Amino acid sequence: MKKRHLEERIFQVLMMISFLLLAGSLGFILLTILIKGLPALNWAMISQTPKGGYYLGKEGGILNAILGSLTLATTGTLLALIISLPMALFLETYLRRSPWAEVARLCLDVLWGIPSIVYGAFGFTIMLALGLRASLLGGVLTLALLEIPLMTRAMDEVVRMMPHEVEQAALALGSTRLETALKVTARQMLPGIITAVLLAFGRGIGDAASVLFTAGYTDRLPTSFLRPVASLPLAVFFQLGMPFPEVQQRAYASALILTVIVLAVSLISRWLSHRFSRHTVR
Amino acid sequence: MDQTIAHPDTPMAPTKPSEFSSPSHIQIRDLNVYYGDIRALNSINLDIPRHEITVIIGPSGCGKTTLLKSINRFLELIERTRVSGQVLMDGEDIYAPGVDVTEIRKKVGLLAQRPYPLPMSVYDNVAYGLRIHGLCKRGRDLDARVQRYLEIAGLWEEVKDRLHKPATSLSIGQQQRLCLARGLAVEPEVLLGDEPTSALDPISAQHIESRFLDLKERYTIVLVTHILRQARRLADYVVFMYMGEVVECGLAKQVFEHPKQARTRAYLEGQF
Repeated sequence: MKKRHLEERIFQVLMMISFLLLAGSLGFILLTILIKGLPALNWAMISQTPKGGYYLGKEGGILNAILGSLTLATTGTLLALIISLPMALFLETYLRRSPWAEVARLCLDVLWGIPSIVYGAFGFTIMLALGLRASLLGGVLTLALLEIPLMTRAMDEVVRMMPHEVEQAALALGSTRLETALKVTARQMLPGIITAVLLAFGRGIGDAASVLFTAGYTDRLPTSFLRPVASLPLAVFFQLGMPFPEVQQRAYASALILTVIVLAVSLISRWLSHRFSRHTVR
Repeated sequence: MDQTIAHPDTPMAPTKPSEFSSPSHIQIRDLNVYYGDIRALNSINLDIPRHEITVIIGPSGCGKTTLLKSINRFLELIERTRVSGQVLMDGEDIYAPGVDVTEIRKKVGLLAQRPYPLPMSVYDNVAYGLRIHGLCKRGRDLDARVQRYLEIAGLWEEVKDRLHKPATSLSIGQQQRLCLARGLAVEPEVLLGDEPTSALDPISAQHIESRFLDLKERYTIVLVTHILRQARRLADYVVFMYMGEVVECGLAKQVFEHPKQARTRAYLEGQF
């Protein structure tokens, strides 16, 4: 066999191995939470709040954490979207090739890399200064901060990929800038925006460290922005820390619920962006 | 020696419209364009006759596309561009303050080098211009107009069963004809083509060329091309540009067969 073909083979095998490692670890994680969590999963788990002694193995469920996580992540993601979308458009339309754009992108990349516990600690400090207690509001603000860099950069890449000729085609037909932005640019960008939003949602809903101090934890359902709120990652954390096997099993069941939510969100986002990318011009 | 070569800065006298059968539609007067500090067009004076095909030829970087884009005010989309002089369309300066740029671009259609359909269906691409300009909103009338412009562009037969499929599902050649239909739908007076066949296969290019020959009855057409054979096939009137200046312009037959300037002759003989 010639050396070139041998090289080709070796790299094919290496790629296959890395793919198997990736698929294997996903399969292993899913299998673990399924085997350990499924026996403890029942209707009560997802329809009830924790009753007295729940963490000792008595009756109840984690509806508080499910609803809490959904509220936290949804509100946080919406807030992040309101800030990220104009920021991404600003980066592309106004800063473009200026050195400030590169500085802004570098800042966002650094922010993206900061561990979420640091966001949690930072959010906690700000809340102390403002006199806020651990609450849904605090959690939402911190999650939004955590999601903004990821969302902005993801959108930024989408806007940068967009061929300017498409906008020029619309302008050449006598469109105003607003018509071009709303009828052409937005349509062209929509699949990317959806992906960015749901990517950020996934990061937000799965994060424990940022909400630990800022959102707190409670056995009640979320009702007010100023009250603490429960979340699934922390529900997993607390239950896993209990010395009772049946409570630990419930931790895996909670992890399973969280995983199913994240999985559903990514499948929906795939489907949506596929639907909306029918017309995308490349 | 040719005078133009001896004194390259001598401005060309504007071509008299009387040389052509039809009165001029667009008059360019002392047009200068700067990209930053670079002067891309140097006091251009040119008359473009109505309902004829004017072809701009010249080596790359000579300012052909810049001249073309001065006619639909596309130059202002490029940063640090400065334009001085006048472009008169039926006697009205399109660069005059207070002129609505969207109205100018409605009157002057552009066919770009590569087709870029809008991110929507075949039908909506054609209907887009009709809708934004309020020419026609919905219903049967809109359907009929979309069909008519697709027919004029020679695309109807190929797309009539897939009007609601994405425009990007068409072949490149079909996409370029769709862009033509889309441009015609806003009812322009002038059609600009910036090397509109350069991305197309020979058959598709031929399609587009024959459309232009049909369309010149109703539209003033200005084309930029680097393909001399195409220029010979299409042009009624030829403009030869070199280094940001109009070196020679006149009736196609005259410029191709008896070029007055040495540089035109050299270019036509393929020397640069």
